[in-house]
Amino acid sequence: MDNRRRKFLKLAGLTAAAGVAVPMLGSRAQAVSGHGAAPAAHGNDGHEAAPTGVRQGLVIDSGKFHDNPGLAEKCQKVCHDYHNVPKFPNSKDEIKWIWTDKFPNVFPDHSHYKKDARLSAMNILALCNHCDNPPCVRACPTGATFKNSDGVVMMDFHRCIGCRFCMAACPYGARSFNWRSPRGSENGKPFIKNYNQEFPSRMRGVVEKCSLCSWRTKQGKDPLCVEEANKGVEGAMVFGDLNDPHSEISQILRQRFTIQRKPSLGTKPSIFYII
Amino acid sequence: MYDKGKVLIGLAIFLVLALSVVGYNMTTGDHKKPEPEKPKGYTACVKDTDYMRSSHMVLLNEWRDEVIREGKRGKITTAQGIVVEKSLQNGCMHCHTSKEKFCDTCHVYASVQPYCWDCHLAPVEPTDGKEAQ
Repeated sequence: MDNRRRKFLKLAGLTAAAGVAVPMLGSRAQAVSGHGAAPAAHGNDGHEAAPTGVRQGLVIDSGKFHDNPGLAEKCQKVCHDYHNVPKFPNSKDEIKWIWTDKFPNVFPDHSHYKKDARLSAMNILALCNHCDNPPCVRACPTGATFKNSDGVVMMDFHRCIGCRFCMAACPYGARSFNWRSPRGSENGKPFIKNYNQEFPSRMRGVVEKCSLCSWRTKQGKDPLCVEEANKGVEGAMVFGDLNDPHSEISQILRQRFTIQRKPSLGTKPSIFYII
Repeated sequence: MYDKGKVLIGLAIFLVLALSVVGYNMTTGDHKKPEPEKPKGYTACVKDTDYMRSSHMVLLNEWRDEVIREGKRGKITTAQGIVVEKSLQNGCMHCHTSKEKFCDTCHVYASVQPYCWDCHLAPVEPTDGKEAQ
């Protein structure tokens, strides 16, 4: 009997010692390997994180679009034609990668009730903001949407299950859901008039959005909308790496006053606007 | 075993019925090996024929992940020196210009229905005027 009690006490003592010692060792190992510093790098609410890697972004000069009516529509047409974006007759089904809207709708944070005539008349070009802190990516349960190494929020249509969590999460309305099959037609009118054979269409039940033409930018070209805008007016849109201090876009951002959509949400958009 | 005779007779009938399907195909010669039409003038694909025959779908998935997720959009050069984009629509179907004569021959035979073409556009078939699916 004594023997068993003695054994039990020994074992209990050892367990208690191990319970105290292991966490201490663990925390020391963590401090040495530098993991202890990690939270500081993540805690960047409201503060600028140190720029790392490529972060592609856009500057949109809304004044130039305002002075050239029709230019924004041309940009939209080029994009939607290339990417086989369907046109559904019901506006509730609308699919849009790039679109225009009134100032108060695009910039509710910056709008007030004493706007000048120019601002009230303005149509602002809007598209996916390719946020540095994208809420859609956090919401996606399948990893269908993710941030790539260029800082672009991408969609892998293959993996989208159509749950639309990303649409609920996106504060900019940049995502559209295919309620109907884009390959279909209504009253003899196909939803996609002319298919571009170089790009896939989507199927029913898939969410889609702008990919900042990642297939083009890898070849060193500007996104389609930027190319089209600059054909109309030089400098209406500028594309580049926000993290490269020498890029054209960085220089413009240093020189001009720009605003972002809903900056208070902390999503850190990569699209900047000159008004 | 109870009812040995009945059970054995039943088993025999079952076997005859089950095998008759195979036997029918073997005797009538109705089962022909699918022969997908290969593009003329090309001698080599991006990988050897055996690999492509058995694992083309694996390769397509790898390409998809490399291109979309890793941003590795580099092109592939075949043994013949032809540069191929890592893409179903803009790569494979540039040489294999007909989905009906290439993809469908085996897929229909094996009753496989890949969902590639729900989104990807097959090359427009030249003569019959059908809309591309």
